[in-house]
Amino acid sequence: MMRDTLSDLPLVLDRVSMRAGATTMLDQVSLTIGPGAPTLVIGPNGSGKTSLLRLCMGLDAPSEGTVTWGGRRESRQTRRALLFQKPVMLRRSVAENVAYGLARAGCPRHRRAARTEELLDRVGLLELADRPARRLSGGEQQRVALARALAREPEILLLDEPTASLDPAATRHVESIVQMAAHSGTKIVMASHDLGQVRRLAGEVVFMVRGRVREQANARDFFDRPSTPEAAAFVRGDLVL
Amino acid sequence: MNAWQLIASGDATLFAIVRLSLMVSLSAVAIAAVIGLPLGALLALTRFPGRAALIVLLNGFMGLPPVVVGLSVYLLLSRSGPLGGWGLLFTPLAMVIAQSLLVLPIIAALTRQTIEDLWSEYRDELTAVGVGPWGRVATLLWDGRFSLTTALLAGFGRAAAEVGTVMIVGGNIDGFTRTMTTAIALETSKGNLPLALGLGIILIGLILAVNAAAWGVRAWSEQRTG
Repeated sequence: MMRDTLSDLPLVLDRVSMRAGATTMLDQVSLTIGPGAPTLVIGPNGSGKTSLLRLCMGLDAPSEGTVTWGGRRESRQTRRALLFQKPVMLRRSVAENVAYGLARAGCPRHRRAARTEELLDRVGLLELADRPARRLSGGEQQRVALARALAREPEILLLDEPTASLDPAATRHVESIVQMAAHSGTKIVMASHDLGQVRRLAGEVVFMVRGRVREQANARDFFDRPSTPEAAAFVRGDLVL
Repeated sequence: MNAWQLIASGDATLFAIVRLSLMVSLSAVAIAAVIGLPLGALLALTRFPGRAALIVLLNGFMGLPPVVVGLSVYLLLSRSGPLGGWGLLFTPLAMVIAQSLLVLPIIAALTRQTIEDLWSEYRDELTAVGVGPWGRVATLLWDGRFSLTTALLAGFGRAAAEVGTVMIVGGNIDGFTRTMTTAIALETSKGNLPLALGLGIILIGLILAVNAAAWGVRAWSEQRTG
């Protein structure tokens, strides 16, 4: 597979704001995401997690400020993948969904079948390869989306609350795939509002409230010594509005 | 001879008429599909000034009066018309051209709606993986194929059932451009009601058969790919 020699990391947001009409989704966010253990973006609903991830993917342009990948303003997005909260399943079989991702990532045709099998095996869906993707359960669909994202061999894998509507078993399955990807060197940037999940996965925490980054810290420090009252409330499990 | 006897007899003239009707209408749908599917998809995916007006126009043209389309093509192809030199008037090809024009807006308009709905679902994913404009069109047409068969069937129904354009540009020439609908019109005016009725029953049967076949293919492949 074609691989850029240039790295997309560090991913840097410099005084980025994001507005739609009168609504401010992100307000003067500056953030540097480097290689290493997973970064978990946490915060209440509407705190700007989704907007942040879409900017990191390059899917949206900021209203103000700049986003750079490895110091570059423009970066081929084959090095990044984004998983949505509600996975988009193409009206095709499971295997064809993954093969589509491979084709888009420039994988040559003769290698796709073998690679598809490999990826489906990785997410534990080999037996369902020929089933229509849209007939699968939510958890299985999210794993198809993961396989399709991993088909891009991303350097950065962005995940927008991928387990928000999944039961514990399905959540565990998705988390273990994410952890495997992290161990093999993929930078994970994942939005979540599940404290347990953050404790399980995070190496670093970015805590957001109302479109601003309130805290960026090592996960242990964040949980042991949160430096803002909102973060302390969040860690205690209080409702942060 | 009554209608049922006529159908049962497998009459050669009747067979030729049925074959010509099917050939003309299916060719027209094929041509309209080749143009209308990508056109509808592009219209769904692009934004430009005047787009809304174009969509209204296209939707309105779904109800084009066949005789008016027939007349326009007649004027184009007649001896003194701009394309008169081609000598196409009163040939099956002229009927195919006229019916294509009739069916094109139906297929393009229904495709536009289908693809636009599908695009609102796929937009983020396809943008995220960096699919270009033509890749989008191809992906959406393929993934919308089940709904799009309905657009093609609507086009076919329109083409197979209409009499206005084929009568005007084909001329209802016995053994050459006589289709089921023009034959029915002719036999009715001659007072040969059993024959007209027999042809009518066959025509309805054919349209049902084509729809049933499309339904079967759709159900079979939907089973496999959702």
